[in-house]
Amino acid sequence: MLEIATPEAILFWALAPLSVVAALGMLLVKKAVHSAILLAWVMITLAIFYIAQEALFLGIVQIVVYTGAVMMLFLFILMLVGVDASDSLVETIKGLRWIAITAAVGFGGLMVALIGRATMGRSYVGLELANADGNVEGIAMLLFSDYVFPFEVISALLITAALGAMVLAHHQRANHRPSQREQAIARFRTGSLGDAAGLPGPGVYALHNAVDVPALLPDGTPAPTSISATLKARGDVIESANFQLDVVDPTVKEEK
Amino acid sequence: MNPYNYLYLAALLFTIGAVGVVVRRNAIVVFMCIELMLNAANLTLVTFSRLNGNLNGQVVAFFTMVVAACEVVVGLAIIVAIYRSRRSASIDDASLLKR
Amino acid sequence: MVTSSSLVYLIGLPLFGATFLLLMGRKADKWGHLFATAMSAGSFALGVAHFLAMTNRATEERALTQTLFSWIKVGDFDVDAALLLDQLSICFVLLITGVGTLIHIYSISYMAHDENRRRFFAYLNLFVAAMLLLVLGNSYLNLYVGWEGVGLASYLLIGFWNQKPAYATASKKAFVMNRVGDMGLSFAIMIAFATMGTVSFEGVKEAVERAGTPALTAMGIMLLVAAVGKSAQFPLQAWLGDAMAGPTPVSALIHAATMVTAGVYLIVRSNFVFDAAPTAQLLVVIIGAITLIFGAIIGMAKDDIKKALAASTMSQIGYMILGAGLGPIGYAFAIMHLLTHGFFKASMFLGAGSVMHGMNDEVNMRKYGALRKFMPITFITFGLGYLAIIGVPPFAGFYSKDAIIAEAFNSGGVKGVLLGSVALLGAAITAFYMTRVMVMTFTSKARWDDGTDPHESPALMWLPMVILSIGSVTSGLLLYRGDALKNWLYPLFDHGDHHELHEELLPHSVVTILAVSMVVIGVTVALLKYQFKDVAAVAPTDVSWATRFARNDLGQDAFNEAVFMRPGQALTRGLVTVDEVVIDGAVRGVGSMAVDSGSTLRRTQSGYVRSYAALIFVGALALLTVIWVVTQ
Repeated sequence: MLEIATPEAILFWALAPLSVVAALGMLLVKKAVHSAILLAWVMITLAIFYIAQEALFLGIVQIVVYTGAVMMLFLFILMLVGVDASDSLVETIKGLRWIAITAAVGFGGLMVALIGRATMGRSYVGLELANADGNVEGIAMLLFSDYVFPFEVISALLITAALGAMVLAHHQRANHRPSQREQAIARFRTGSLGDAAGLPGPGVYALHNAVDVPALLPDGTPAPTSISATLKARGDVIESANFQLDVVDPTVKEEK
Repeated sequence: MNPYNYLYLAALLFTIGAVGVVVRRNAIVVFMCIELMLNAANLTLVTFSRLNGNLNGQVVAFFTMVVAACEVVVGLAIIVAIYRSRRSASIDDASLLKR
Repeated sequence: MVTSSSLVYLIGLPLFGATFLLLMGRKADKWGHLFATAMSAGSFALGVAHFLAMTNRATEERALTQTLFSWIKVGDFDVDAALLLDQLSICFVLLITGVGTLIHIYSISYMAHDENRRRFFAYLNLFVAAMLLLVLGNSYLNLYVGWEGVGLASYLLIGFWNQKPAYATASKKAFVMNRVGDMGLSFAIMIAFATMGTVSFEGVKEAVERAGTPALTAMGIMLLVAAVGKSAQFPLQAWLGDAMAGPTPVSALIHAATMVTAGVYLIVRSNFVFDAAPTAQLLVVIIGAITLIFGAIIGMAKDDIKKALAASTMSQIGYMILGAGLGPIGYAFAIMHLLTHGFFKASMFLGAGSVMHGMNDEVNMRKYGALRKFMPITFITFGLGYLAIIGVPPFAGFYSKDAIIAEAFNSGGVKGVLLGSVALLGAAITAFYMTRVMVMTFTSKARWDDGTDPHESPALMWLPMVILSIGSVTSGLLLYRGDALKNWLYPLFDHGDHHELHEELLPHSVVTILAVSMVVIGVTVALLKYQFKDVAAVAPTDVSWATRFARNDLGQDAFNEAVFMRPGQALTRGLVTVDEVVIDGAVRGVGSMAVDSGSTLRRTQSGYVRSYAALIFVGALALLTVIWVVTQ
């Protein structure tokens, strides 16, 4: 069957494989941030498809709400939880991956086969008539007539969800938060006097004074406590040995 | 072009999302996979809307988006709450019901 | 039907006595026996008053009723707790309260040294109350209450000295064997309820015509089972001999004069059922005939005076059952024999108690002898009772027993000849074993153990014996003369067409001559064997198998043990095994199955959200497969 490629077909065949690849990538990449970016790409692709299917309003909403707001929320939480939490892709539950893949092949195959069977030889209507007054107007018409009650209900749901999220995320302190003064007193009371001055600051000599280089202790070893745990976990720590001066040879006389 | 192709695409995306839910351990990624599945469903709704020549499908897809937004908000709040008490975003760590 | 408000006091007085004495406890020890006797005597006085009033009323107005309260009211089924005092009941009321009061008086002295005398009297009162309820109830259900009540009182009194295990066992045996009969009564009540919808005597009497013969036969047989259990008839006779474990006054009152005759009362009371169910009626006479011979044979072999008397009781009740089974012609004579028997058997039992009292509680007749000189009053009263039971004219037993023998002959055909012969033979054996008792106890040579000091009993004991012996002399004549009892009871029974059926096989005078000559033979043989020969002080062991068999109560215990006890035990053991293996196994199996399936299924519950998600995914796949298959 030869069909003249319409612009929509070109668009579809160009973007659909990309979105599938991006979706698969979501599963395979290690870092959650990368997954989020790939998902954002899939969503944008879908938004384009919506617009291509004469669903202008939904396409815009998809970009604004989903790719904009929801994905931002995801990224924000990722930041909160720790970008360093990179996923190990090694499966821990025995056989689960194989079950998932087998089920996925079966599921996908059956879905495709069923869609094929259901749509075989069918024609479609198209939205020319429904969108006669414009897509946004058409949706508004439905939303505020037939669907006004669900619309109201869903607004209540939205408010409830917002409230629920606040309740869940609200952190009730179990104990009194120590003031600076109390912390200072506690530092002297407990622990060694060595900690009394606070954790050592990072940085080594003047050559490289930065937060990602551990400080050196008097005996020349790097001080692990001088580096933020986040940086360490991320692997963004630079060895301080790199910046250590050569061992001073006392026998060598300084040249004039 | 045959709009049925969108349905095939949606089926594939949905399946991929489902596999992601099962396979990935990071709660946030799992959530993203769920979003992917919801988006796939939305795509079918929009496509059906076009096939049937009325806008009901699009309205329902709109509702789906709102519900998805709610779900994300609450779900992420739960993840944050769990993370706070467990210092972990892995859903395997929240398996204490067994014991 | 005339109503009366005083019937309840007949029962109420002794019932109050029993309750009061049992509740008062040791405080009433000093006067409890007098109180109980007063209650019984009061009841007797009331009974006499009722009797006198009744004789003054016209025949159809003689019956009195009193409704106490509505007992059971379910839909159409309505049972009142109500009492009925008619011509039949009044006979029993007088017998129970009269003999009962005498035995109360006797017991005052007999039980004087027992520290539990108050309790004994409370039980006696309880018995009197229950027995009165039995004969006064106006329905089978009310009767049933009294029936169980006397069973309880009998149990308590047989086992009164329950510190002796053998006595306790005897009471248990009596109780259990009575249960078999009670089951028959409850079945009879159920049949009446199911087929007639009523359980009152009045109602059943009216419903008899509507009910089918099978139902009536079944009910009759069940009533017979009840009577057999309570009256110690074959094949449920085994408990009576052991019941002699109770104090002698109890044996006299309960296991001779009153309670054991309740079966006769039941059959006579249910005359309308038996008249309509010839098969059941035939069974009644067969049971009666078997038992009268059975008891007589056992009586010949017993050396224990109370057991010999118990066997004789069994045999005499066999006569009554036989009479009651003869139909309308026999009912009055059955009751007459019951009343006379109540006198002379109570008299003899009290005499036996008096003998035991004077002989250090020895019951073995081989250790007696020549007591005539030492216990003249006992000898005379016992002797009068003896003459009455063997049927020497003009003593009481002569009239009542002869009448039954004559009616047995007259019941027609081969049946009549057979029954009459059996009854005659029974009379001969009765004469033999009663003479044996008499001779071994009073007239033969003394065979006492050393240190025995036989003496007459105190007046409180011999006075009731004298009164009862007067009864055993005169009651027969009084009741028989001018068909007094027959006419008195006549309106109660349906005489219908039975008159035509019954032809006189032998004239009454011939039967009398036959019976008296049988008695003479029996007495002569016994005299020859025991009076004119020495009686061994120890029971000889080299005796014929027949004697041994008779001593063993004709194998009744062995039979019961082999036929009922062993299979019962085996059944119980089997049921226990079934219970343990099947029922417990099922219960435990369900439990362990739940545990096993739980621990198996638990493995699927890893607690990992992702595995649940995988399961959902697989489920969705399955659903899709179904859709695929369905839409194929």
